[in-house]
Amino acid sequence: MEIIEAQSGYTSFTLQVNGQRYALNVEPRRTLLDALRIDCGLTGAKKVCEMGNCGACTVLLDGAAVYSCLVLAVECEQRQLTTIESGATGNTVGALQRVFIEHDALQCGYCTPGQIMSLAALFDRDPSPSEASITEAVAGNLCRCGAYRHILQAAQSLAAAGANAAGSEDD
Amino acid sequence: MTDTPPCPVMSVPRREAHQKVTGRAHYSSDILLPGQLYAGILRSPHARARVRQVDDCAVRKVAGVRDVITPGDDPGFYWYGEQVPTLGEELRFVGDEIAALTADSEEAATDGLRAFAVDYEVLEPVVGLDDAARDGAPLVYPDKPGNLAAKPRIYSRGDIKAGFAAAEVVVAGTWTTQTALHNALEPHGCNAWWDGELLNLWVSTQSIFTVRDNVASKLGLPLNRVRVHAQHIGGGFGAKQVDWKPTVIAAILARRSNRPVKLMLDREAENLAAGNRNATRQQLRLGATRDGRLCAIAATIDIDGGAYTLGGENSMVAGCYQQLYDCDNVYTEQRQYYSNTGPAVAFRAPGYVEGTAALEQAMDDLARELELDPFALRERNYSSRDQMRDKVYSSPEALRRCYSAARQDFDWPVRSQPATPRKCRGIGMAASVWPAGSRNPPAYATVIVQTDGSVSVLSGTQDIGTGTRTVLAQVAAQALDLPVDQVEVVIGDTATELYAPPSAGSATLATLGPAVHAAALEVRQQVLTLAAQELKAELQLLRLENGTVAGTAESPAVPLRELAGAAPPGSLRANSAIQSKPGAVATCTFAVQCAEVEVDLDTAEITLLRLTCAPDCGAVVNRLLADSQVIGGVTQGLGFALTEARLVDDATGLVLNANLEDYLVPTAADVPPINHAVVNLPDVSENPLGIKGLGEPPMIATAPAIANAVRDALGVRLRDLPLTRRRLLEALKQSGTGR
Repeated sequence: MEIIEAQSGYTSFTLQVNGQRYALNVEPRRTLLDALRIDCGLTGAKKVCEMGNCGACTVLLDGAAVYSCLVLAVECEQRQLTTIESGATGNTVGALQRVFIEHDALQCGYCTPGQIMSLAALFDRDPSPSEASITEAVAGNLCRCGAYRHILQAAQSLAAAGANAAGSEDD
Repeated sequence: MTDTPPCPVMSVPRREAHQKVTGRAHYSSDILLPGQLYAGILRSPHARARVRQVDDCAVRKVAGVRDVITPGDDPGFYWYGEQVPTLGEELRFVGDEIAALTADSEEAATDGLRAFAVDYEVLEPVVGLDDAARDGAPLVYPDKPGNLAAKPRIYSRGDIKAGFAAAEVVVAGTWTTQTALHNALEPHGCNAWWDGELLNLWVSTQSIFTVRDNVASKLGLPLNRVRVHAQHIGGGFGAKQVDWKPTVIAAILARRSNRPVKLMLDREAENLAAGNRNATRQQLRLGATRDGRLCAIAATIDIDGGAYTLGGENSMVAGCYQQLYDCDNVYTEQRQYYSNTGPAVAFRAPGYVEGTAALEQAMDDLARELELDPFALRERNYSSRDQMRDKVYSSPEALRRCYSAARQDFDWPVRSQPATPRKCRGIGMAASVWPAGSRNPPAYATVIVQTDGSVSVLSGTQDIGTGTRTVLAQVAAQALDLPVDQVEVVIGDTATELYAPPSAGSATLATLGPAVHAAALEVRQQVLTLAAQELKAELQLLRLENGTVAGTAESPAVPLRELAGAAPPGSLRANSAIQSKPGAVATCTFAVQCAEVEVDLDTAEITLLRLTCAPDCGAVVNRLLADSQVIGGVTQGLGFALTEARLVDDATGLVLNANLEDYLVPTAADVPPINHAVVNLPDVSENPLGIKGLGEPPMIATAPAIANAVRDALGVRLRDLPLTRRRLLEALKQSGTGR
């Protein structure tokens, strides 16, 4: 009986994450972050501050970087979600993952998925962003290990590659 | 130290980087076990209070709440070396644990915590050092008069009075350093699951064996019935090397419910109740001759240790005064006070960060007083001995090498010109010392060559983000002359029963690396012995090179894979341990840092322009990861210098910024170019790898180097950290904008 009572305030809907459909049955107050981590089993986005202060839970909502701790899961029905788990050869997230490894742009790694997703939103808009744009894109992503300099270097190396690619297209 | 160590400097990518960048590294917070319940802890809203009654009737009626424990259910063991129960009625800081519950979901746990009705008798709290030490202050513990946590620790050498009598110049001042919060991004927490009588814990910890031993001891379990896992850890910085109450509470709740239990602290609890750097007040006097020789150093140090003392965390603030400079007459007195705030715990270079901040600013003042270059003053007081331990330093020239590397990299004393007359630029430097070496034994490791030629390294250590996995793989690969990707490192599980020390004290690699090295060399010998039998060749003519046993003209080369297949499974293996040994020399690491800053005279905004850190860590094994450690340490140091401070209301003891909104850790936009000026000086006094350690030293000298640069820019000295804009504006106002 107790379980039925607890279920009474639940709502059912579907989330589209990384091109996959996930059926959810959760309380309306469940954050997108908890829904991704608990209901979808996608634990790349991390729970750190729960106040939109740190960026560790950053995901893309219709292509824009959002703090998933400040978004309700129910708000995301019918919308496209992209998480760190979407990384693959040939996409922006995958390219960022590669340069992060090369530049050792991480230590404990807890903030890394959020850093990469914030940059992915930028690089999807502009394949060769300026240094200032890169810094601005990750200024809301805290890293307590202090990997910032390597994070910026990694992103700058990808921006340079993007500029070269654009240059060769112009030729 | 001219011996060439066996590991050349390489840049090997971080071993677990792929899992981490793809979001597939599972941290304790990510573990989801079947049927798992979510736990929450009710914490004190008052700095000092007595619980008259906990009413949990409403809690038990909340949908989804499964179980509640209150002080009445206390399991009967104590904490912090005092008679402190797990769930208490005497509350000593905001965040102290009162009760706990489990629920079906995080939301239900939150609802349950809100439904507690607690009747408190609110008492007058002790807040800060002035309050703790004043006459008639309330007592945090009735049996601790004056709120002193222990007898003052007094150190004395030479004759301090005679030293000051001989001094021609004296620099004196009172310096304060703030309470800083670790804020590792992964909070403390654990998952507990009883597999029959076997307790499994997935814990975010710097020491799986410390957790195992302490949990077993508290719960009255045999050691072989507790297994601790920690595959990936989201940072620790010192705060995760002790066992905290939540781990034990989770284990108790899991046993009561017969379900797995997850208990993760939220950010507020993390910042209230999971440790912090202790605040200090340091009254300091330096005496010197006109030509710049130190003849007396005296420091009286007060430490705010918070409400509880954690074993082994007695901060060595006085260490740098005793070790960094050649001085015959030194007197330090260190007093630790209780107060009604969170308990202090080690935080990256505990004690040395706080002490060096004051000492190195005072040295800068002394250099100005004597009109000496700050490097020259330090060279004049160079010590090749650790006078605290009365032994010669194992690398007597290391600090000198740091001075020259930092100076050269930074191009000291070159400074750039500000863009406008309302902006000033300045440069500053500071030095540091930190005890290091193979100093945390025992440490055990096993190296196995599998029948397919792949290699496994096993140890009960953990990787908190420093790169332990990667560098241990390098050490084994180097000893066996194999490509590093042929080596797999298995750590983070006490079931290996290969005891390793906490990942702390910058001693992990220096302590465990030699054990891996020795085991790998032994396995190498086993491989060659097997090859001699198989190939019927003379053992001393055979060599293992690049994954192949190369023999003589008569015997052809055999790949290790082929040879290992001829051995019985599991037979090519060796265990090794490093045990303690009394050292005839003192092994320390040193670092020298330089900073250039720009200060806006109208807004007091400090802009860091560039930073250089030249750390002596013994041998550098992995340049890429070493850069990360150095840059990361300096980044934490600049936060300590400029923005980080826990704020507490004096009247109530309430913490005002237990979050990441108002507790300001540095962001990507705050960090200037940081150069690692490499000092690769192998030191084989304690281990054949020449390794001393690198985790903590890069953080120590950052704050004083920046403070000295700000002093250089403005002509005004602030003696309180952090160097906030409010403090700077006040100082500028008083001085009529300096210069």
